[in-house]
Amino acid sequence: MTTISSIARRTGRRFVSSLPALLGVVIFTFILMRVLPGDPAVFFASGPNAGQAEIDDLRRQMGLDKPIPHQLMLYLRDIATGNLGRSLTTGQPVLADIRQRLPASLELTFTALTLALLLAIPLGIAAAMRPGSLVDHAVRFACTLGVCVPTFVSGLLLIYVFYYLFGWAPDPTGRLDIFTSAPPRLTGFLMIDSLLARDGAVARASASQLVLPAVTMALFVLAPLARMTRASMLAVLNSDYIRTAEAMGLSRARVIIVYALRNALLPVLTIAGIVFSTMLGANVLVEKVFSWPGVASYALDALLSADYAPVQGFVLLMASIFVFVNLTVDVLYGLADPRIGIE
Amino acid sequence: MTTSTLSHVGYVLRGNPLTAIAGCGAALLVFVALFGPWIVPYDPVASNVSISLQPPSSAHWAGTDQLGRDILSRILAATRLDLLIAASAVSLSFVAGALIGSLCGYWGGKVDRWIGRIVDVLMAFPLFVLAMAMVAALGNRVENIIYATAIINLPFYIRFARAEVNVRRNLGWVEAARASGNSHTQVVTRFLLPNILPAMAVQISLNLGWAILNAAGLSFIGLGVQPPTPEWGIMVAEGARFITTGKWWLVAFPGLALMLAVLCFNLLGDGLRDILDPRMRT
Amino acid sequence: MSRVSRTDGTALLTIEDLAVSFSTRRGTVEAVRGISLTVAKSEILGVVGESGSGKSVTAFSVMRLLDRAGRITRGTIRFRGQDITRLGASDLRRLRGAEMSMIFQNPRASLNPIRPVGDQISDALRAHRDMSRAAARARTLDLLKSVLIREPEKRFDAYPHELSGGMCQRVMMAMAMACEPDLLIADEPTTGLDVTTQKTVMDQLSAMVRERGMAMILITHDLGLASMYCDRVAVMEQGLMVETAAPATLFSAPKHAYTKRLVAASPTPTSTVESLSPDGAYRSPPLKSEATPTAPLLTVDNLVKRFDGGAPAVDGVSFAIGAGESLGLVGESGSGKSTISRIVCRLIDATSGAIRFAGRNIGAIPARGFHQASERADIQIVFQDPGDSLNPRFSAFDSIADPLRRLKGISDNQSLRRRALDCAARCGLPADLIDRFPHQLSGGQRARVGIARAIAAQPKLLILDEPTAALDVSVQAVILQLLDRLRREEGMAYLFVSHDLNVIRMMCERTIVLKEGRVVEQGPSDQLFARPSADYTRDLISAIPHFDPGNSRVRV
Repeated sequence: MTTISSIARRTGRRFVSSLPALLGVVIFTFILMRVLPGDPAVFFASGPNAGQAEIDDLRRQMGLDKPIPHQLMLYLRDIATGNLGRSLTTGQPVLADIRQRLPASLELTFTALTLALLLAIPLGIAAAMRPGSLVDHAVRFACTLGVCVPTFVSGLLLIYVFYYLFGWAPDPTGRLDIFTSAPPRLTGFLMIDSLLARDGAVARASASQLVLPAVTMALFVLAPLARMTRASMLAVLNSDYIRTAEAMGLSRARVIIVYALRNALLPVLTIAGIVFSTMLGANVLVEKVFSWPGVASYALDALLSADYAPVQGFVLLMASIFVFVNLTVDVLYGLADPRIGIE
Repeated sequence: MTTSTLSHVGYVLRGNPLTAIAGCGAALLVFVALFGPWIVPYDPVASNVSISLQPPSSAHWAGTDQLGRDILSRILAATRLDLLIAASAVSLSFVAGALIGSLCGYWGGKVDRWIGRIVDVLMAFPLFVLAMAMVAALGNRVENIIYATAIINLPFYIRFARAEVNVRRNLGWVEAARASGNSHTQVVTRFLLPNILPAMAVQISLNLGWAILNAAGLSFIGLGVQPPTPEWGIMVAEGARFITTGKWWLVAFPGLALMLAVLCFNLLGDGLRDILDPRMRT
Repeated sequence: MSRVSRTDGTALLTIEDLAVSFSTRRGTVEAVRGISLTVAKSEILGVVGESGSGKSVTAFSVMRLLDRAGRITRGTIRFRGQDITRLGASDLRRLRGAEMSMIFQNPRASLNPIRPVGDQISDALRAHRDMSRAAARARTLDLLKSVLIREPEKRFDAYPHELSGGMCQRVMMAMAMACEPDLLIADEPTTGLDVTTQKTVMDQLSAMVRERGMAMILITHDLGLASMYCDRVAVMEQGLMVETAAPATLFSAPKHAYTKRLVAASPTPTSTVESLSPDGAYRSPPLKSEATPTAPLLTVDNLVKRFDGGAPAVDGVSFAIGAGESLGLVGESGSGKSTISRIVCRLIDATSGAIRFAGRNIGAIPARGFHQASERADIQIVFQDPGDSLNPRFSAFDSIADPLRRLKGISDNQSLRRRALDCAARCGLPADLIDRFPHQLSGGQRARVGIARAIAAQPKLLILDEPTAALDVSVQAVILQLLDRLRREEGMAYLFVSHDLNVIRMMCERTIVLKEGRVVEQGPSDQLFARPSADYTRDLISAIPHFDPGNSRVRV
């Protein structure tokens, strides 16, 4: 009871204290976008030979003639009412575009993170159990190598091997090949939607499209996760309380699982949160390589064609996700570590 | 002292010969960066469509690209640009970060808390996205990539220097330095900074690799350096179109160059950490 | 006599010719070099030694808890006739906790931080006994009661960070005794605890061990502690056992030269600075004659220090020190003694109160600007841990020369070198060590560098903040003698801060007893220690473990 209420208090406090950061990000992107070259009114105007009068009119409509602080207030009001502007390239409201594309990014990120965690934690533990052994050296070398290969290279090489050489993977473009029709959209996660629609073929097709990008992404974050697991497990195994547990004759399994692992996973939890937000950024590269219709490639396309509303929306989205992920990590940490309650 | 340092370095190198190899690799990279233009077998920008997309051969060790340019020459020529970007960005953020961080860590207080909070936000934010936005805002020029990379590196240095100074500022020898009549500035510059520099050197080495990846990533997505300039990220981006038709060398060789460069600096950083780790000394 | 008859003579544990080595980067180091000892049933054996003596390594070998780098290279450890050195992992597991158990130094770190302490005790029980959760819980509550933990139901669900250090050690005791082992190994069980807590924990531990007829090996660096609670004491030096005897014999007639040195160096209620070396090698020089000053050198008036929104760390402390006088500040952790020393040294600012030095209110000069004050050279400080108090990038010469440069304005290298060598010589630091770096010096040598740096600027007041707390007793003895000689020869005044009452009594003419930031009692040291007027002072003095030939033989 008291634990839960103290976690709730803590989470509430953290949420409130992250609001200024969120506001900071919004203001920062707003200013950044105002610095960007190009006048949105010119882009918005009906054609390349639109008259100056028409452009000025548009500027007035868009509020661009007002002083910057005033524009900022307007922008904040728009955000509060859920109006993120309209994309010039797609012609759709940014919010609708993001809602359409976000599930693709999340599906990719979650799958990759799960994959990475499932691999990294056992590897890290195996390495820490026998420091200096062959397993340890292999894991450490793989980790060192893993951080050196950029995602865009490893993704392309995976395509070469599994699509071109072996023909195991489908054509590396998009979330579904062109011959498969998408299941009715419920969650936006193709795997879940197709399973809900009891359509095994589509589920398999979407899964096979997902494998290569998810593996690329997972390889990228495997190294920091495994490194962290190894280091924290090693520290815990050398700690005084593990020695106590052994001095009391506790069984090996109990020492490793109840005493060592639970303690060792605490820092891994924190790192997983950071890794998640890194992945959101790195998505840009992977989505580009695999023509994945996610939010990152949407923002990139917009950025390259000087279409700034989607970029602003994307940055805002990233910041909100980041705040949300941090809060989740906080809650989990609070549940797992009793020391947190006391500051 | 010198002999004991040398024997310690020797001990670490024997225990981890990779460090020595990485050191040689880094030296080779610097050599190529300096003398690349004179050692390339072909002109890195001269196209010859009649020999386009040829696989590796004795004439073109790494094959040719879609315009018939020699890939090996382009990789060698690109070394200078990639290292230049990474090194300048890292030095900028190192100097600024070490100063800001150590002052924050030493003085503490309100400014420190504020900077700490800003750094936290910056670090947790998808930094690559930030770099993308900055390059887009400032324009596609090499110096802008350097600034963007420097800024996204900055929080790491601030946080690192701050933490290193923070654990030391209440140690006996820092208080003793004040009791011996040193001013705060002297304490920071003569006592604290020299003590954190070795640890920072490790960070620099590790960060160089990261900065190289970042710059290459930016040009891969079309920001920053523009074709036909030879640059590893651009080369991979150009080769990406041909990967599904099995032209692997367009991607694999520049990718390999990237990987080896990053690997060298990372291994060197790990080795430096071992050499400088006081716990490994007796 | 009565104590020896309590044991029935059959050996429970026999160690023969045990050798343990550790592989390090400088090759293998032999930490234990062939020791033999026996522990009889129901006997309490003390193993005493300084750092590097191999006493803890011996204990860990018995439990087979040596870390990866350590290996038993020779000898046997027989527990009830069974050679432990040859046991496999599962046999060891059956033995550990059930038949032999161990408690450790630093009890809080020895408990799992994220598991309720009651569950940890239950884990130890259920590892060896086939019992239900409920039965284990009931038994755990009994155990908690037996180590005098109040409200055991509530404490069952507490986490280690919610308990005091003394309480954590009691939980460890309950855990170690859960399965009624025959042998308990206690490795420095009270190091790091305050002296009064140490006494209650040790009293309870020995009572429980005696009650249950268990045997115990008490590993400690404190000869007084061992002699107070043990039937026999074994003295170890550099991996060898030099002497084993009953405490009375050890104190009255030590045979081995090392034991003689150790016995002399261990402070007792009657020892003096001179008696710390066995053969009268040290003679206190006469005090540098100084006309009795009219005004005190330092007066501290109603000093208060409050750190960000907590209870005050220092709460209205006043005292004065005359020129050439030595004043002791003594107290347990949290008494505010270190805070006072830093305020007086002008490293931190007080919240309120006045500090007058030679007539000037130096408390009014902010700490951040004090390096420019003319009094900076007059007030110097020696820090606790000699390892932490030296800049790792400075050689001994650099460290000693720094105050000479800053405060004496000496800049030419020749005179710097001459002055630094002179300071080093006065502190007994050989000239050939002057260019070494801290990691190339021993603990005692580092302490000497720290002292040389502090006296380099020729201060009138030297603040000593637990200057020997991190040192072995034999090193402590020579450093205390050095400090005593320096004060008498140079006529400095000392503000001597320590948790060790015997050290304060030997070193200081007057003593102030502090508790929770307030002065409990102050007066001339002889009087204060002989006839303490405050209850707290009396408790502190009676809690110091020491060999007392009068009553130790009749202890139960």
